[in-house]
Amino acid sequence: MAEKVFYAMYDDDDILKDGAKHLVSKGVKVSEVFSPFPIHGIDPIIGLKNTRLGIMAFIYGLTGLLLATIGMRYFMVTDWPMNIGGKPNESYLDNMLAFVPITFEFTVLCAAHGMAITYMLRNKILPGMPAYNPDPRTTDDRFVIEIRTSENSKFSAEELNAMLKETGIVELDQKEI
Amino acid sequence: MHKEAAIREPLILGHKSYHDITEDVCRPIEDKAPKMWYILFGIAAIIGLYGVGCILYLLGTGVGVWGLNKTIGWAWDITNFVWWVGIGHAGTLISAVLLLFRQKWRMAINRSAEAMTIFAVFMAGLFPLIHMGRLWLGYWVLPLPNQFGSLWVNFNSPLLWDVFAISTYLSVSLVFWYIGLIPDFATIRDRAKKPVAKKMYSILSFGWSGRAKQWNRFELISLVLAGLATPLVFSVHSIVSFDFATSVIPGWHTTIFPPYFVAGAVFSGFAMVQTLMLVMRKAMGLEAYIHTKHVEYMNIVIMVTGSIVGTAYITELFVSWYSGVEYEAYAFINRASGPYWWAYWSMMTCNVLSPQLMWIKKLRTSLIFTFIISIVVNIGMWFERYVIIVTSLHRDYLPSSWSMHFPSHIDIGVYVGTIGLFFVFFLLFARFFPVLPLNEVKTILKSSGESYKNAPDAHHGDDKH
Repeated sequence: MAEKVFYAMYDDDDILKDGAKHLVSKGVKVSEVFSPFPIHGIDPIIGLKNTRLGIMAFIYGLTGLLLATIGMRYFMVTDWPMNIGGKPNESYLDNMLAFVPITFEFTVLCAAHGMAITYMLRNKILPGMPAYNPDPRTTDDRFVIEIRTSENSKFSAEELNAMLKETGIVELDQKEI
Repeated sequence: MHKEAAIREPLILGHKSYHDITEDVCRPIEDKAPKMWYILFGIAAIIGLYGVGCILYLLGTGVGVWGLNKTIGWAWDITNFVWWVGIGHAGTLISAVLLLFRQKWRMAINRSAEAMTIFAVFMAGLFPLIHMGRLWLGYWVLPLPNQFGSLWVNFNSPLLWDVFAISTYLSVSLVFWYIGLIPDFATIRDRAKKPVAKKMYSILSFGWSGRAKQWNRFELISLVLAGLATPLVFSVHSIVSFDFATSVIPGWHTTIFPPYFVAGAVFSGFAMVQTLMLVMRKAMGLEAYIHTKHVEYMNIVIMVTGSIVGTAYITELFVSWYSGVEYEAYAFINRASGPYWWAYWSMMTCNVLSPQLMWIKKLRTSLIFTFIISIVVNIGMWFERYVIIVTSLHRDYLPSSWSMHFPSHIDIGVYVGTIGLFFVFFLLFARFFPVLPLNEVKTILKSSGESYKNAPDAHHGDDKH
């Protein structure tokens, strides 16, 4: 059986949110929402888990902290202990205070860039990638709910169609895949 | 939806819809550039090219073409560096610190303020690089293995901390700015009609589709980057101040420098934002988004940071007397009454007195007055760095090496040139990039837009959970 995809278009984020709530309460699975800006509170309604990017940022930051510490210990203590005013760098701890600024900067550098790269890979956004929004207006002032028949085997295409029409849509598009 | 107190003034004036916001921001990009843009761009490009010429002459001839001498080894170059870095503090402060404090008025200005930040830090970074004399060996500041020289770079040195601080600040600001730009480029991409523009913006927008999960990640990364950038902003100018504070020159050797420099940086950064924003809102018809209330908020920041800077000046004077160190005391008496008295008193007038006028509501809500003060503040902040650097150096411990600094035409050319280059970048930004974070502005339309705010309309009610 060919899969049908419904794109229900709304002209207001609050109407979409109410619509999504209504659909979900009836047991419909909403596979995607496209919007020009973040709709606050939509994620729990359509069953999206919160992102774990924050944990990754912490891990990247920790990596940066570690690298900076190991690096400066090697450069300034092991490999070439600089002797400034008769006070050579004997141990890392003796000189640690001078290393704080760079340790901090490098931690931030790794956390921010690691996180940004992960963000782009996970979101599948890279230079030259094609866009997947179903209608060019969804980056302007239209909001779209995507529903797939394959994920809603309980309902027939007609039932889904009827249910969507109750939710205050402005346009309804159907595609067969 | 978040309801806001009725007494709070709306941030978006007029009866705007989501589509109007898109239109207002995209139209200047899609329309032909006005004649004024070409004229300004031409002037900025000529000045910028003159600056590039001066830099090339400097690189070909050597740092000797500057007005430096044995006593005054640091003058305009480092003054300009600190001045530009300071200006480059407003953008990330607006977008990061104000994001953490949930200040919605930042949304209208954060995009262009961040652009300004990035371009200002470019200009700042240029000065230490050309000061090296051999620009092509600039990569020696990185910790490279010993084959390149006899030693590792010195991790104990504030100058190296500066390398790390400035490059981290620049690259993190750039990433923060670009992540916010991606969804807005997608909006322009989906509206573009000309094939070249469509192609360009579709490359720039990285294939953004606006899925719910993408927005979920977007909101988190904005928040975490803001959290990372906030201490970064404060660290950068603290580290710049260490360049002076860790030395033993009277007038530099003070523990007050880091907070004092950070406040000064925010002060001058906001002044530059005011200068640019007041012109931009008019030229691009964005008066509904950046209006008197935004200007007033920024003026309050200028007033507060200006007062901190003023307090720091007076504390310095007090400590120079109270410490009982005669060298320290002399450095300050010399600043106020020596041959550079005019620089000191220009600094005092521009930075201490002028922001105090902002206590008067009528003045801080006047756009013309704000524009004038914003320029006065930046002149004052340039003098501040000049006073700190040149007047502390010019009377050495040995009276036989006392000297004066006279800038050469190359000094002036390089400085003026960076202002030209800065405006070249900023004008290009204003022409091709969305100058407001239009998709973020849409999120505050219902809570802070004039047409929605305080309307007893049940249709746009609170969500029900």
